[in-house]
Amino acid sequence: MFSALTEKIEKVFKKLRGQGVLTEQNVAEALKEVRLALLEADVNFKIVKDFIGRVQEKAVGREVLESLSPGHQVIKIVWEELRDLMGQDHAGLSLSSVPPTVMMLVGLQGSGKTTTCGKLGRMFKHQGKRPLLVAADPRRPAAGDQLASLGSDLDVTVHRADQEGASRSDVVRLCTEGLARGRDHGYDVVIFDTGGRLHVDDELMLELEDIKRAVNPHEVLLVADAMTGQEAVNVAERFDERVGLTGVILTKIEGDARGGAVLSIRAATGKPIKFLGIGEKADALEVFHPDRMASRILGMGDVLTLIEKAQEAFSKEEAESLQRKVASNTLTLEDFREQILQVNKLGSFDQILSMLPGGERLKTMAGAQEGGLPEKEMKRVVAVIDSMTPRERRDHTLLNGSRKKRIARGSGTSVQEVNRLIKQFLGARTMMKSLVGGGPGKPGKLRKRRKLIRALPSF
Amino acid sequence: MAWFDRLKEGLLKTRQGVQSSLRRLVGRGVDPAVLEEVEAALLSADVGVRAVDRMMERLRDHGRGTDPTESLGLLKETLFEILAPAQSEPLETIIRRGPRPYVILAIGVNGVGKTTSVAKLASRLKQAGMTPLLVAADTFRAAAIEQLEIWGKKIGVEVIKHRQGADPTAVVFDGIAAAKARGVDVVLIDTAGRLHTKVNLMDELKKMKRVLNRELPGAPHEILLTLDGTVGQNGLAQARQFHETLGVTGLALTKLDGTAKGGVLVAIAEDLKIPVRLIGVGEQEEDLQDFRAREFVDALFGVEV
Ligand SMILES: Nc1nc2c(ncn2[C@@H]2O[C@H](COP(=O)(O)OP(=O)(O)OP(=O)(O)O)[C@@H](O)[C@H]2O)c(=O)[nH]1
Ligand SMILES: [Mg+2]
Repeated sequence: MFSALTEKIEKVFKKLRGQGVLTEQNVAEALKEVRLALLEADVNFKIVKDFIGRVQEKAVGREVLESLSPGHQVIKIVWEELRDLMGQDHAGLSLSSVPPTVMMLVGLQGSGKTTTCGKLGRMFKHQGKRPLLVAADPRRPAAGDQLASLGSDLDVTVHRADQEGASRSDVVRLCTEGLARGRDHGYDVVIFDTGGRLHVDDELMLELEDIKRAVNPHEVLLVADAMTGQEAVNVAERFDERVGLTGVILTKIEGDARGGAVLSIRAATGKPIKFLGIGEKADALEVFHPDRMASRILGMGDVLTLIEKAQEAFSKEEAESLQRKVASNTLTLEDFREQILQVNKLGSFDQILSMLPGGERLKTMAGAQEGGLPEKEMKRVVAVIDSMTPRERRDHTLLNGSRKKRIARGSGTSVQEVNRLIKQFLGARTMMKSLVGGGPGKPGKLRKRRKLIRALPSF
Repeated sequence: MAWFDRLKEGLLKTRQGVQSSLRRLVGRGVDPAVLEEVEAALLSADVGVRAVDRMMERLRDHGRGTDPTESLGLLKETLFEILAPAQSEPLETIIRRGPRPYVILAIGVNGVGKTTSVAKLASRLKQAGMTPLLVAADTFRAAAIEQLEIWGKKIGVEVIKHRQGADPTAVVFDGIAAAKARGVDVVLIDTAGRLHTKVNLMDELKKMKRVLNRELPGAPHEILLTLDGTVGQNGLAQARQFHETLGVTGLALTKLDGTAKGGVLVAIAEDLKIPVRLIGVGEQEEDLQDFRAREFVDALFGVEV
């Protein structure tokens, strides 16, 4: 479950085995890799520089913990710093105690404001509130039509008045009317979808200031594209200067952009990221998790999601009983079967691999080796075990030639395949035992690994 | 105003920064602080850390004991060499030389400026005396068809369309039939924005391309990928994926009227060698220009050689 970055950093620290503290030199070498990763993720170069300096300071001189390798330790510091830079927790929307709550979406052209406006409308409606969407972009061809069409699909009211070549005061009037309608007709939330504009377009930025003065919003949210490069900081700073942002929504995050923009914006303006846009459909809006984003920026995949799923699939008791059996070498074919079925519960092999860093590469490797999908293989294993009697499942030593023949026939496989399965099972049993360790007081590899996982939820 | 002038305007700060570094370079040997400024200018232009590191390495090596101004010139020359093959003849020339109708398929991720660029291009071709036809093959996004229709009315170009939710390939089919019937010169097809990572949507484009080629052998003659000028390193992933799936023949880089410099183009040019046909420098129909490698490099640095 380790990414290319982790591997590289591990390599840097290979030589360090047995040394007591992280030194300036080895930390600096590891942080070179971190710098590359951050810049490739589009984190603003100034922020990268400060960040690396800070981590260097924090890491040097630290005692090497027993539970973590030096490489993991540096990654952990890096990861925690990143997470903290993005804000600790999910920041909610501030709703007014006296409705309507007024929200304004602002941003560059094409960042996804209109789609996001529809998504927010849907979200409020689902919470049992009455939202009003105001198409505050009367100039871009069919911007009003776009919001109106989303509104009618979602059954959310849209206020609009298209006008080609509308003046600044026309736009402000349109917004004031929208707000009045929201107030007079008992709407809970009024969301203004403003037109996209460049942060350096003074005329249009003045218009935005006027709108803000006129509608006095509780939330001014910058909608930014996750694929934005180094400009993200300038853009966010300029919008913040002119209209005072209260938060950020990052869109198009479902692609493969690492989303360094988010970190840059947060670090530069201190404004919290409130939502992520994860698709074109109206329900594709997600709350923001700083820890997951930290993993993503470092290119470590969404391992956290996988761990959460695994926790759902395996109960604590099951895990403990399994561990006891493994440690005492009494794991049976029945347990083996149970294990396979539970891994299946996590999702298809494909899905599981996609959540892992470097998963795409693993996928092709697995496919090439098995000459097919691992799922097929698993199904066959389960079929073979299902053809055994309960006694055979609990005690594989009973399996003699004639029994194996019967099982092969029952499962539509061959005696060789049954033999192979038994061999695999015995191999797995030995390997698991070595991972778990020989009993109390003798920690195996798995325990160490688990310590790391606890120390670092992203792994 | 020429796009280069507009670019220069937005670049004033970097210009001053780098120019003063240049001045300080002269007669002082390569100063690490100066190198850092040059590096910052390139990184902030989204040139990408690997290319920048490589260039800085060269600069440091070359800088040892030689004239620093010369070193910087070398750096610009290196960038120019990478970008020069990306410079293209004007599309008008290419189209005039090509078959009729000349079919252009516009593709790209969401919100990059496909529709606007297609409309601007149609307007430019019309002014050059050709008859363009617009095809509204974005049947997915709300009001995408209306958007193109409004543009069509504004620039006086006919738009072939179906209803929202229709099969985009069917619209393309009709578009080609209409183009043949009316004897137009150029067909410009606006497609729905899609992330390059979505396999099913990429397959849809492949199908569109197949149908085009079946209805009109040789078509599409140009597969035009639009990239947002503010894009970061993901721009390379976009270009690679669209190219691998469809074979991109030209690029359009939009929104260069802001302060973004579109430096990812360096990596794309190096890696994929796709010519850049167009530069978007505003939201009006006339805000579309040809790409010039020399001017682009100057704009990246904010200095003229
Ligand atoms: N400043 C500026 N804005 C541009 C430029 N090109 C396009 N835009 C704006 O960017 C926004 C999105 O442009 P569209 O042409 O709708 O983009 P698209 O790629 O067709 O978008 P989808 O079809 O939704 O994927 C609009 O507000 C355009 O006016 C440009 O060169 N400069
Ligand atoms: Mg479009």
